[in-house]
Amino acid sequence: MCEQCGCSLTHERMQLSDDKGIVSSTPADPHAIAVITNILRENDELAAHNRSHLGAHGVLAINLMSSPGSGKTSLIESTIDAIGGRLRIAVIEGDIETENDAARVRAKGVPAVQITTGQTCHLDAHMVHQALHRLDLHAVDLLFIENVGNLVCPASFDLGQHANVTLLSVTEGDDKPVKYPAMFRISDLVLLAKCDLLPVLDDFDPDKARAHVRALANPAPILEVSARRPESLLRWIAWLEERRASLGELSSRNPHAMPPG
Amino acid sequence: MHELSICLSLLREVERAARGRSVTEITLAVGPLSGVEPQQLKRAFAVARAGTIAKDAELICRMRPVCFACSACGQEVEAPLDALSCPSCGDWQVRLRSGDKLLLESVTLADGVEKANL
Repeated sequence: MCEQCGCSLTHERMQLSDDKGIVSSTPADPHAIAVITNILRENDELAAHNRSHLGAHGVLAINLMSSPGSGKTSLIESTIDAIGGRLRIAVIEGDIETENDAARVRAKGVPAVQITTGQTCHLDAHMVHQALHRLDLHAVDLLFIENVGNLVCPASFDLGQHANVTLLSVTEGDDKPVKYPAMFRISDLVLLAKCDLLPVLDDFDPDKARAHVRALANPAPILEVSARRPESLLRWIAWLEERRASLGELSSRNPHAMPPG
Repeated sequence: MHELSICLSLLREVERAARGRSVTEITLAVGPLSGVEPQQLKRAFAVARAGTIAKDAELICRMRPVCFACSACGQEVEAPLDALSCPSCGDWQVRLRSGDKLLLESVTLADGVEKANL
């Protein structure tokens, strides 16, 4: 029995299921309605719409997640510089308050839409959908969606991205992946950020961080980067360009699915 | 905080399934890797249900185990969510079978006497 395909339903109920996942009441139990449906169905359907809309425009969308202060915006700034004109970049910034991050990105000459979520701790597909209408997707190859700094809630909401990238800065603990398994398990790439600080830190071991990601059965590449060291960004840029080149096969993929084993 | 967003989505699905009729019980299947904490979800639900067809409904969260199959040796095991490597051969290349979903399983209507037996 598993909970992924509805096979926990009895054969009788399965036959009564309509195409929306609603199962009709059985004669023996007239007042109960069996429903096997994803609670976040609305969000996930809108996310799929976003993904197909982005894919149709040839835009690779990256959901950038991390705890607050781990350097997401700095990484975006350095990435814009490192990519130069090779890919046209746009950014959607998610924060509880302020336009500060969007202003930093715009100062690099890149279009940015700021979403201020009020007190909401994550972005969702609806917020991203509205932000997409404020961007000219014909003029974009690569879209960074900088999620609200939070290692918990953003993991539950598909936005329509093609890949999840999670930053773990070396000023945090190297055991963050096992402390926040939901997020690190769905990461397609993990960036160990602020690695220029490693020589002065004796309590962050990149190998331990790697082992903790593997303990979540996640085969994602794990790269060491520093926004202050452009040469450290080469493999990250190559990963982005490779993903952008293979966008056609990515577009139909659900990034929340279990990574291939 | 995201539990409240999830409750609002849940209530939309419940209203759709119950087609406007009052609901007394809502049963969910919660996988630990869905990122949802049942106790927080229940507290958020107590707020979110006000003024809806589920205003008197009880929320029941059935936890589902994290289960995976090892790609190397084929063993199927139940595992804690922060240690998804195979306990037999130690390989981390495993395929998740359950434990990452958040599903609405059933709703019981106010004039009902039994709940769905799934």
